[in-house]
Amino acid sequence: MAKEHKRPDGRGLTELRPMTAKVGVIPNADGSAMFAFGNTVAIAAVYGPRQLHPQHMQDPASGVLRVNYDLLSFSVYDRKKPGPSRRSQEISKVTEWALSPVIDLAAFPSTVIDVQIYIIQADAGTRTAGINAASMALAHAGIPMRDLICSVAVGKQDKALVVDLTKEEEDFEEGEGATDFAVAKVANSDEFTLLQLDGKIQPEIVKEVTRIGAEACKKIYEVQKKALKEVIEK
Amino acid sequence: MASSNLTIETLKKMFAEGKRFDGRDLLEHRKLSVETEISNTAEGSARVRIGKTEVIVGVKMAMGEPYPDSPDRGNLTVSADLLPLASPRFEHGPPGFHAIELPRLVDRAIRESHVIELEKLVIKEGEKVWTVYIDVYPINDDGNLIDASTIGALLALKTAMVPELDKDGKIDYDKKATKKLPLAKDIIPICFTFYKLGNSLLLDPTREEEEACDVRVTFGLSNPKDYLINSCQKSGKTPFTQEEIDKIMDTLPKKYDEINEKLKKFL
Amino acid sequence: MRRQTNEEQEFNEESEISAAGVSEDPHAKRKAVIPGEIIVSGEDFLPGEGARREGNDIVSARFGLAEQAGRIVKVLAVTGAFIPRRNNVVIGRVTNITFRGWVVDIDSAADGFLPIEESPRFVNKNAMDQYLAIGDVIAAKIWSVGGKGIDLSLRGKGFGKLEGGFIFRVIPNRVPRIIGREGSMISLIKDKTGCGITVGQNGWIWINGPTIEAQVRARKAIEFVADKVFVEGLTEKVEEWFEKN
Repeated sequence: MAKEHKRPDGRGLTELRPMTAKVGVIPNADGSAMFAFGNTVAIAAVYGPRQLHPQHMQDPASGVLRVNYDLLSFSVYDRKKPGPSRRSQEISKVTEWALSPVIDLAAFPSTVIDVQIYIIQADAGTRTAGINAASMALAHAGIPMRDLICSVAVGKQDKALVVDLTKEEEDFEEGEGATDFAVAKVANSDEFTLLQLDGKIQPEIVKEVTRIGAEACKKIYEVQKKALKEVIEK
Repeated sequence: MASSNLTIETLKKMFAEGKRFDGRDLLEHRKLSVETEISNTAEGSARVRIGKTEVIVGVKMAMGEPYPDSPDRGNLTVSADLLPLASPRFEHGPPGFHAIELPRLVDRAIRESHVIELEKLVIKEGEKVWTVYIDVYPINDDGNLIDASTIGALLALKTAMVPELDKDGKIDYDKKATKKLPLAKDIIPICFTFYKLGNSLLLDPTREEEEACDVRVTFGLSNPKDYLINSCQKSGKTPFTQEEIDKIMDTLPKKYDEINEKLKKFL
Repeated sequence: MRRQTNEEQEFNEESEISAAGVSEDPHAKRKAVIPGEIIVSGEDFLPGEGARREGNDIVSARFGLAEQAGRIVKVLAVTGAFIPRRNNVVIGRVTNITFRGWVVDIDSAADGFLPIEESPRFVNKNAMDQYLAIGDVIAAKIWSVGGKGIDLSLRGKGFGKLEGGFIFRVIPNRVPRIIGREGSMISLIKDKTGCGITVGQNGWIWINGPTIEAQVRARKAIEFVADKVFVEGLTEKVEEWFEKN
């Protein structure tokens, strides 16, 4: 029975790790933010709209959102060689797709908005923490946006559904094993902008997983909102 | 914003009168604050803030083969990645000269000071040694990255622990590390980069000041007793005069004591 | 077209910038909002800049300060890069010289271009750097923002090459506060310091004054204002600041 599942850190099944968020962490950037799920810490900086080189990449009808996600070498136990990997390139792209739907890029033709996401410390959920940080950083950069994007991983541990897995939970091997389903959604609507999973999961359960993810996103949204408002109301 | 002609002229006049926009003396540092053990995945780590400049540094260790010419010593590798996150002037793509030079300057200040006892990092002579990686990441560049990075590297080393091995001789991160990275006592490498504009010398420039300057020279010192200089590099075309070199040499011991004092409780 | 409008317009940074659509109405109600947040509900309200209507609600389209003045609800940006618009006053730095004119960095997503005909005096085409060299600073007006770039003009009082002093940057969206209601804030700072100050809407500010101390004081006062996003009675606070600094 799912109810009997005990999480290694004692959290409830739908309980997120303690979240911290701070906006304006990189004074040089047009917008910036930090977002952490427990030991997973992401920072994001936004530069632009600015000039896009080379010129042939420019789109005269719209601005371009360009996301770069990467891990710092010492954010993981086995040192990551500095520089982009296939994994980081894929995450950069899915993050771009996760964020784009709320951004009014048509307002900035022929330009680029650069989003730089770096993971300072990794304990699973780095792409979701990165998306949460980037969403705040884009807002902080004054970019016209329809809404914020919130992101979380929902996991399956054998038959139990849990939110915001740690690395230890990602490596769970009992029963049906671990499934990790990363979602992102538009905060105030039911549109999902990131769907990525590895593991084993039945179609009926996916319906439940996305609903659990949406509930968790509400809590993330409150944290993002508070951090953004603090910048103005300090 | 790259420097404009009029701002350069005004800064030149100001520096000649010993004045700066933020009210500091030419050889005075901005507020320095440091934090150590900022990462639980690194063997050692530190965050250094000098004014609005922020750098984080992590030390990782891995096992590898020794270099053929030093079979009885561990290895040291320093990298610094000028993340496009940290400044509008850092762009993606092949590293510019600044990106190549920064880790080299940090590397030399650390390596030549012999603060790391590499001879104690041998697991099996000629076959297996520890490699110490020092990875520097600027988070916000508001000038003086070289000096900030070296302080970060020093503090990350000072807090670094050697990972434990399992029975097969592989690193076991689940075991709590109990052994400190072997470091030479009383060796404290700190860099001082002097910048020059017109006839004025200054320390710890903001990005605005840095961009206006003609040339810089970096000195790596390591020893609080006799202020031994282990590394030096002049970067830029403009020459330094004998008088300027004398002035720098007269300034170094005083500045070394000052920064060393501020770092003391972390060392 | 452009000639007519430019001949008519005197360089007057205060009136121009308040005409750019940013009010500093002291009676307006303000609060911090994030994108997608409902600011007010009801058919009586009209969405202004940075806001939109969604059903019964006025919703914020960006992060900033929501301001409700009468029926109009808008969101003032407080952060972000400079978005160039026609008639903006900007300060820029020459980065290149072509046979047709000067390329000028105005800290926006496209370079500014100042055609040679826009120079207020005769320029020898073989020695264009005698008028404006690389690294020189100008105050200019944007007369068009098009697909090919941003064209600048020096026609009008107060525009041209700037000499002496220095330039520095603030967040461009703080410029309206630095200018103040009908230019009150910048006038106060000029009076207290005796400096000449030109504020570009791109956030670049030029200060030139009688002494280094006066110039540094003017810069600090401007940075003090730029840092206060959410303060009521800013003018009094700046007067207090001048008492202490």
